[in-house]
Amino acid sequence: MNKKYLREDIIRMSGVNPKKCMRCGKCSGTCPAYDEMEYHPHQFVSMVESGDIEPLLESDSLYRCLTCFACVERCPRGVEPAKLIEAVRLTAIRRQGANRLTPNDIPAMLDDEIPQQALVSAFRKYTK
Amino acid sequence: MKFSYFPGCTLKNKAKDLDRYAIRSAEALGISLEEIENWQCCGGVFTTARDEIATKLSSVRILKAAKDKEQDLITVCSACHNVVKQTNNAMQNDAEFSSKVNRYMASEGGYDGSTTVYHYLEMLRDIVGFDALREKVVKPLSGKKIAAYYGCLLLRPGSVMKMDDPENPTIMEDMIRAMGAEPVIYGNRNECCGGYVVMESPELAKKKSGDVIRNAKAQGADMIITACPLCKYNLMKNGADVPVVYFTELLAEALGVKEDTNE
Repeated sequence: MNKKYLREDIIRMSGVNPKKCMRCGKCSGTCPAYDEMEYHPHQFVSMVESGDIEPLLESDSLYRCLTCFACVERCPRGVEPAKLIEAVRLTAIRRQGANRLTPNDIPAMLDDEIPQQALVSAFRKYTK
Repeated sequence: MKFSYFPGCTLKNKAKDLDRYAIRSAEALGISLEEIENWQCCGGVFTTARDEIATKLSSVRILKAAKDKEQDLITVCSACHNVVKQTNNAMQNDAEFSSKVNRYMASEGGYDGSTTVYHYLEMLRDIVGFDALREKVVKPLSGKKIAAYYGCLLLRPGSVMKMDDPENPTIMEDMIRAMGAEPVIYGNRNECCGGYVVMESPELAKKKSGDVIRNAKAQGADMIITACPLCKYNLMKNGADVPVVYFTELLAEALGVKEDTNE
């Protein structure tokens, strides 16, 4: 993928302007998935800004974001990192054969109580 | 008073109590919830990407169905509410998005973002009123210490959801007081339970839900209430040793319309 085009596409898709970031780190400080991530929310912002996007596309960090909007709510500059992570995740799973979750994975994950909501949400986040 | 009502997929399956007691309690409060016909699942989560159009159409159709009946729309599941409300916001404020949506929907008539969406809790606060609710309570829940678990989806993003102060909410605590019980305030009440990531990383959900349970119990809770089936699942699965119940079930109990059935 052309690097410049990839950066512009992610910015347009997310509606986020990473240049607004003032590097305070509050997004990562408040992220409930921080410990599980290789790249943290503030790194998504700075790496998209600098165009260093390939490592993000290959990272499991994309699938650890809970989309809980804590970073969106608490960013003092209104940068909305979760929207940027979502755009990178979609860019990753829209590639052919790159679905994170397939219907074949589901039976092993089921128990008697799991709500339908968990399945539809996971499919929406992890699969195109 | 009549409203359009969107229950959502889980409320017809694993979360029947959330649906059943919502309808029954509303009736006791003089409100009739008319279920939208032929609705489809909202998708469970709102995709923030502006170029995701087709995945949001089911929510647009829910909003349009209410508009066609000239009714305001009530939701009860936190996730459905978040998706429907964020979709409505995009229809109102993102002209490029709404134009694309309306091209998809040309054959069924467009939608302009004009439906008013209330979460059931907002209906209790803004339409019924907590004072009026207090007067309708026949079985006050005296002596119970109840922790309201908001999670993430009811409150955030605050600029769109506009339900309450996203960092210091009071709506569920006020409901708990109106029912005669004592609310327990604890720090993790608006932090995520782990959500859908339970499918990808059960360990992460276990950690996040465990934090919520421990925090609520440390503040003296003997019960946790929620509006979200996935929050309930994650908390129950990850060591909740106090009851985790839907807020509508507790409401039905206080209003004296909860029947003991084993459905």
